[in-house]
Amino acid sequence: MSFTKLPTFKLAVSTVAILAASTVVASARDQVQVTGSSTVLPYATIVAEAFGENFDFPSPVVEGGGSGAGRKKLCEGVGENTVDIANSSSRIKQSDIDLCLANGVTEIMEVRFGYDGIVFASDVNGPEFALNPADVYNAIAETVVKDGALVANPHAQWAEFNAALPAQDILVLSPGTKHGTREVFDEKVIVQGCEDSGAMAAFAASGMDEDATEEACMKLRTDGRNVDIDGDYTETLARLDADKNAIGVFGLSFYQNNTDKLRVATMGGVVPSAETVASGDYPVSRPLYFYVKKAHLGVIPGLKEYIEFFVSDDVAGPDGPLAAYGLVSDPALAETQAMVAAETPMGPLE
Amino acid sequence: MTDLAALETAPSPRATPGQSIYVTSPEMKRRNAAETRFRAYGLVAIAVSLTMLAIMLFTILRDGSSTFFQAKLSFPVELSEKVLDPKGNRDPAEMAKVTTIGYAKVLASALLAELERQGIDLGELSDKEAAELISKDAPGGLRAMVLDNPALIGTTIDATVLAGGRIDGYLKGRVTMESAQLDSNISPEQLQLADRLRTAGILSSGWNWGFFTNPDASDQRPEAAGLGVALIGSAYLMALVALMCIPVGVAASIYLEEFAPKNRWTDAIEVNISNLAAVPSIVFGILGLAIFINFAGFPQSSSFVGALVISLMTLPTIIIATRAAICAVPPSIRDAALGVGASKMQTVFHNVLPLAMPGILTGTILGLATALGETAPLLLIGMVAFVDNYPGLPLEGVLDPATALPVQVYSWASRSDPAFIERSNGAIIVLLVFLVVMNVAAIWLRRRFERRW
Repeated sequence: MSFTKLPTFKLAVSTVAILAASTVVASARDQVQVTGSSTVLPYATIVAEAFGENFDFPSPVVEGGGSGAGRKKLCEGVGENTVDIANSSSRIKQSDIDLCLANGVTEIMEVRFGYDGIVFASDVNGPEFALNPADVYNAIAETVVKDGALVANPHAQWAEFNAALPAQDILVLSPGTKHGTREVFDEKVIVQGCEDSGAMAAFAASGMDEDATEEACMKLRTDGRNVDIDGDYTETLARLDADKNAIGVFGLSFYQNNTDKLRVATMGGVVPSAETVASGDYPVSRPLYFYVKKAHLGVIPGLKEYIEFFVSDDVAGPDGPLAAYGLVSDPALAETQAMVAAETPMGPLE
Repeated sequence: MTDLAALETAPSPRATPGQSIYVTSPEMKRRNAAETRFRAYGLVAIAVSLTMLAIMLFTILRDGSSTFFQAKLSFPVELSEKVLDPKGNRDPAEMAKVTTIGYAKVLASALLAELERQGIDLGELSDKEAAELISKDAPGGLRAMVLDNPALIGTTIDATVLAGGRIDGYLKGRVTMESAQLDSNISPEQLQLADRLRTAGILSSGWNWGFFTNPDASDQRPEAAGLGVALIGSAYLMALVALMCIPVGVAASIYLEEFAPKNRWTDAIEVNISNLAAVPSIVFGILGLAIFINFAGFPQSSSFVGALVISLMTLPTIIIATRAAICAVPPSIRDAALGVGASKMQTVFHNVLPLAMPGILTGTILGLATALGETAPLLLIGMVAFVDNYPGLPLEGVLDPATALPVQVYSWASRSDPAFIERSNGAIIVLLVFLVVMNVAAIWLRRRFERRW
């Protein structure tokens, strides 16, 4: 046997050496740390990459994981082992702000850098869909109005409630509840559809108060015709590939990068595009934000430069790379730039 | 003689007296049939698992092998001083003001000039559309090159830059004229131009070293995405896990197996070690986030924290394998050593451990191989991220942000551009190659050093 002398003790010593060295070095962080929404993730990586190319600072590290989780991480406290920026596809909540305050994160900057459309899309070889919020509601809500009465959703095909739609089995792949997309989907499509289809009035007539009505509106059917997708849009696309009858909910930018596989549905007669979202004609859109921990400005090298670069016209403007990827640029970008330059923290939520 | 008489009067039901054993009885037939069936079940089970494996490998290779080739454009680029250093003083700060947007224009006009020189017709394409054939990653590379070596300004260099992701897909057959018709990122005319460039020798396809060296790239430039950061991160992870796990694991096993008294405490420890080996890995991630990042203050996304978490996860596996290896050394070896006067510790280190070494190494390598493929705990400590900068050299480098191979597979699989699916499969192939190498090493070590008793 050749193993007469064992490396065990040497290894043990070097482990101790590493541990000792690390406690010394574990101080200065020289790159910006970003986390949050997976919808904002591609935009943030595009900016991070261009930032690394054009500045002397290292590229920021960008994580996904979801808007809510990102804001929680932002509010964990102040210090180099906490994140600097949380990307979010929905606005910060009072509960997040309270958590932040409890952990000493007193000042947060809210930066809105653009808009994202939410589109319904089906297989490229399937029929055209010209949807209205009421159609989506009739397809996937738990309770709908049929012949003037509230009934458990009996619809199996799109044509059953709107003759203009194809006679195709209903299967909607909606965003899961942990998605920032879900909030907009609920608010701008489901609740709107509830109102348009008359279900809201019927709920109210049955003696429900306002909150209960809204809650009843947002209940979706659970018989398998509506499937919540908790993963990324790629998962929705894969499901849609497997079942050609399905209609999926995607971000506008995702659709624009997969136009060879997807056929987009119109909503209220408007084709979703950067122009129609920016003009407000296309109804289902939402602002995209990132939240910056103000205490880290001037402490983490490159943080201020990164956020200024992010909202600059070259990046977030209508001709910038973000718009090329599918971002609808914010008409009020100049105000945001001024806000970032002045480092104004956000006020209380209205 | 009553016993014998009883035997004769009540013959065994299994053998008819006076009948040859070569003649099959109905029962014999049943038993033989049962055995044949059992063998068939076994064969079917193996066939099913082999088919699954074959299907998996086939799809991965089919979708991923093209990753290792990459479309590139080669054309001369004039680095004019007027554009790149307008003041002409070669001051790095002044030159850095020309951003990648400026360099993109330089590349675009150089490509168009080359097309004109070779008399290649743009067709109906505008200059801007023709320039879209160049990857968005190219200007950044050119800018870094010029800033590193300002002497290049004023010269004309032969540049080889990446072609855009859709062009690359076209050469690989993923993008076709039909799909380009519907695709908002590429048009059939651009593909026709790519065909003409290919005939002219400007566009070519070659081995993709960049896939192994480049860092990750954003969604707009799948062609530039590589495994560089992930490979370094995985290497750091594996080295650190080995450094941390082997000494602790082997020491713990030796103590438990050779020295520890057998009592309720050691029993409890043993049960706990076995239980720890079965704890889902994500739990260790949560633990790592709470202890190493939030409490101890180690930097997020670093391979050091990743290695700590994975070590916790691998340690029980290594302890179990090591104990089994030590246990397999026959007691006669220990008795002989003790008999000639060796102390207990000498026995362990001079006799038992060398003999157990092949088993320990095999167990350790297999434990490390599992750790190499682990993503779940890394998710919570921030290693599932977009990391564009290479981590530094050890030792400080282990505290820099990094990713790992399986993490890269996961994050590419969730990107919107279809070209990333190919990259993801390519990364799986690389990961599989590493795992195969590690497993072969484990088998080789066992064969080479194993002692049979």
